[in-house]
This record gives sequence, structure tokens and C-alpha cells, in this order.
Amino acid sequence: MRKFDTKVQHLKYKVLREVARQAWNDTLYDNLYEIPKMIVPGKIPTMRCCVYKERAILEERVKIAMGGDKSNPNIIEVIDIACDECPAAGYDVTDSCRGCLAHRCEDACKKDAITFDHNYVAHIDKTKCVECGMCAKVCPYSAITNRKRPCQNACKVKAISINEDNAAKIDDEKCIQCGACVYQCPFGAISDKSYILDVVKMLKSEDNGKEYKTYAIVAPSISSQFKYAKLGQVITGLKALGFHTVIEVALGADMVAQKESAELAEKGFLTSSCCPAFVKYVKQAFPDMAKHISHNLSPMAMLAKYIKDTDTKAKVVFIGPCTAKKAELQLDTVKPYVDSVLTFEELQALFDSKDLEIETMEEGVLDNASYFGRIFARSGGLTDAVAQGIKEQNLDIEFKPCICDGIEECKIALIKKSKDMLDANFIEGMACVGGCIGGAGCLTHGPKTKSDVDKYGEEAMEKSILDAISMLK
Amino acid sequence: MIIQICVGSSCHLKGSEQIVKLMQDAIAEHDLDAEITLAGSFCTGQCNRVGVTITVDDDIFTGITPETFSEFFRTNILSRI
Repeated sequence: MRKFDTKVQHLKYKVLREVARQAWNDTLYDNLYEIPKMIVPGKIPTMRCCVYKERAILEERVKIAMGGDKSNPNIIEVIDIACDECPAAGYDVTDSCRGCLAHRCEDACKKDAITFDHNYVAHIDKTKCVECGMCAKVCPYSAITNRKRPCQNACKVKAISINEDNAAKIDDEKCIQCGACVYQCPFGAISDKSYILDVVKMLKSEDNGKEYKTYAIVAPSISSQFKYAKLGQVITGLKALGFHTVIEVALGADMVAQKESAELAEKGFLTSSCCPAFVKYVKQAFPDMAKHISHNLSPMAMLAKYIKDTDTKAKVVFIGPCTAKKAELQLDTVKPYVDSVLTFEELQALFDSKDLEIETMEEGVLDNASYFGRIFARSGGLTDAVAQGIKEQNLDIEFKPCICDGIEECKIALIKKSKDMLDANFIEGMACVGGCIGGAGCLTHGPKTKSDVDKYGEEAMEKSILDAISMLK
Repeated sequence: MIIQICVGSSCHLKGSEQIVKLMQDAIAEHDLDAEITLAGSFCTGQCNRVGVTITVDDDIFTGITPETFSEFFRTNILSRI
């Protein structure tokens, strides 16, 4: 289990691995209906009420691993039969309430939603409660709990509601594809659609690079992933899968930092455009602010464009921590440059579908970008890079950044800016807490991921952005 | 003439940056700006133990180092102009 945070990820991985394995062998359509049985053999259920339900859900997971419902453009999908229909009661007072004297809960509640019965035990009036959570915070007995569904709790843009069958439902307009619900649902009932089959097909049809070459471009957050092996071994593993070469998206980040700092100096106010979930959020929730979004492509698209300019037959696959990148792929501005997107979870499945033990392989090399491009993977890194870009280009602007770590902080900054109350001229918007290293497509999330990214940044041969991109003219 | 210098990881670590600089200087010295388009490329699949890979139009040359650069430039670039 060292490879993943949760058993839900592990299950999803097993499905992806099996689908990919069958695809490599050209047996997918022969064995399609056998895959659930391969994963749940026998008659004794291990996850649900019976093996038949387990397999029925696995069938749905296989569909999603094969690209999911084509009629639904949202890359995040609910598997309704997997949804456990958790109670969705919001804040509740439990038996631990002792009917104390202090009644801090009552003072903390700004909506007068708390009343007391004849035993002085607290009750919450649901018609008044706004679920701020203050009462739960102040109760010395921790007697008030939040029974809100994990998916709804995870979704900070409030795109998840409950449908008439009591299952989770995604508002596709509001959804920013950040994947927080995918990672948080304890039953794995929400999933991101996979393009793993497209990638297998791409790698199989390139005829050893004679037809075209497939480039893997990897996000800098890879430095915090695959910790059971060395980064150089991951690179060798990618080549063993059939990728022609591996290039750091951090190089695209260097290009972005260079251009974005110049754009900021020209316009005077800017928000970042790297995080596709943030960009979509601004567009749907703060349409008036959309004009302030940087016009630069994201590091992924910027680098992919560069590759396609140098090799017109190239196919480019982005590999990263991000589910929203799969949605970015569908944008008309990005489509011509990026051919497919995989998450780190999917890459792990791809390695194992070929039984590649990357930890035993030789170490390859990966060096294209600067320290600043590489630290884009964590919150605050983009801001450091833009500051560096201003310095290196001697731009005449006082840089006042507002670093937003997670979509909730983005929301606050955007509200302030729309009311002209934000004391900053640059918003770094990252939808995931911690930055990309907090992404839903990561194998693992841990306390050391940020220091891993910084360490990887420091190992870069280039110390400045200009050094990294000077050769690309 | 299109000259592409590999800036992929392997060549990069073997000094493609220096080669780019030498190439730019040599182009300027011989006043060949109009004839030559200098660009980067990523891995051509010829990774070597020494030196950098340079693609001149459709021909690939490997193992170029700062020491061998001027000879390379003379025989493979100037002769084609």
C-alpha cells in the first residue's frame, strides 16, 4: 500500500492497470466483461454487500477508465451506484453534549440557531443554521459534529448537491474539475475520466518513432511522487513505456514566468493563468474579472507548443497531479498542442500494466528548467518566479502579490478585488491547497511534499529563468 | 539552412548552452544571420557519452563539444552555405 494514500485510489489503480494491460495485448474488447471478476474474484465480498454489487460498480469504473460517458463533457463523473448516499445532515449535536453551564455554542452562533431543552442540552435549528461551524469549534466536549457529506465538504465551489435518489450530483457549470471530491469520497463514487487508452494507442502506433514521436512532459510536482524510486528511474520507466523523451513542464513554467512578469508590468494588474481550475472558477464565478487573467498559455500548453514548433509530427502527453488539466485539454487554445493528459495515478497503472519495476532501473536524466520553473509545483512558487522575472528583466513595477493557497483563498481575493479592496497587483490562484502538490491525481500527499519540491528546485543547473530559456529562441 | 541544437536533458547536461553561445558567435562572426535559422530541438534519440547533438537541415551530428566546435562549423556549416 506504500504507493497510495487510500484504498479507493488503489482500487481505481487496479482497474486502470487491468484496462491498460488488456489494451497493450489487444485483448481489451475480448476481456472487457471479465475485468471486474479479475479484480473481485470468488464469492466473498470485500467492500460492499455482495460481489455482484462490487462487480457492477467495477464495470462502471472500467467505463470511466476507458474514457467515461462521452455525452457528458465534464471529466469528473459520479458513479451513482457507488454513492453510499451518506447522511447529509450538516451540523448536529451528539450525545456527548453534557448540557453545560457555559453554552459557548450559543454565544458563538451568530444566527441564533442554538436552543436548549429542559436538560440544557443544545439543539440546532436547521432553518437558521448556515453551517459556519463556529459552535463545533468552541464546544469543549467536541459534542457538535459536521455530518455534511465528504464530497460536499470537499467541493469549495459548491458544485455538489444531492439528487432525488439521494446520490451526489455535480453541477457541471460550477464544477472546476479540481478533483477534490474524487480524492475525498470515501466510497470512490466520484471519479475523473481517464485517457489512458488514448495514450496506450499513441505509444503502440508510433512504430518506434518512425511514424511520429511521443513526448512525455512531466509536471514539477513529480519530485514529490514515486518516492519508492528515484526521479531518474521514473524517466527511464517512461522511456521503457515507449515515450521518445521526457521534458520538464517546469521549462514551460520558466517561459510563463518570463512573459507573465512582462504582462504584469504592462497591464498593472493580473491574475495567474497556470491553474486551469482557478481560471475556470474566475470565468464562471467572477466573469467581470476574467479580463484580468493572464493571456499566457499555461506552462503545459506553452511547452507543448514549443515542442510542436520544433517537431511538427510530435505527440505530446502531459503527466501531472491534476484532473483539471484534462479539462484544459479540451480548450480550443490548448487542443492543438497537447494530445493527452495522464495523472500520476494513471502513470503508476501504466508502469504496472507493463510490469515495469522502475525502482530497479537505471537512472535517466531530466534537466531542462530553472529553480523557479520547478517550484511552480507548490503554493507561492509562481509568485517567486514572477518576482524573479521582474528582477531579471529590470521591469519598472512595484510587485504586490497575493498568494492564494486553495480555491477558498482565491475566492476571498477575487471578492476583495471586485470590490476594489485588494491591496495587491497580482493574484496567484491555485485551486488545490498547497499548490499542485495537493492535486487529486497525486499518488500520495504528505507533509514532506513541499520540501521535496524545493529540494528538486535547488538541484536545477540553471539558477535563473533567463538561463533556462535563453536557448529556446 | 536550419540548425537545431538539442536542448534535451542529456545534451543540456553536456553543455548545449555553451554550444548555443558558440554557434551564435560564429554566425555573427561570419555574418550569416540571413542564411541560417538557429533553433532548439529536443532529444533526437542519439544521446551520447560526450557532447551535444546538432541537426543541420536533415542531417544529425553528435558529440559536438566546445573543443570540436570550430572544426564542426567549418566542415559542416560553412561548406554548405
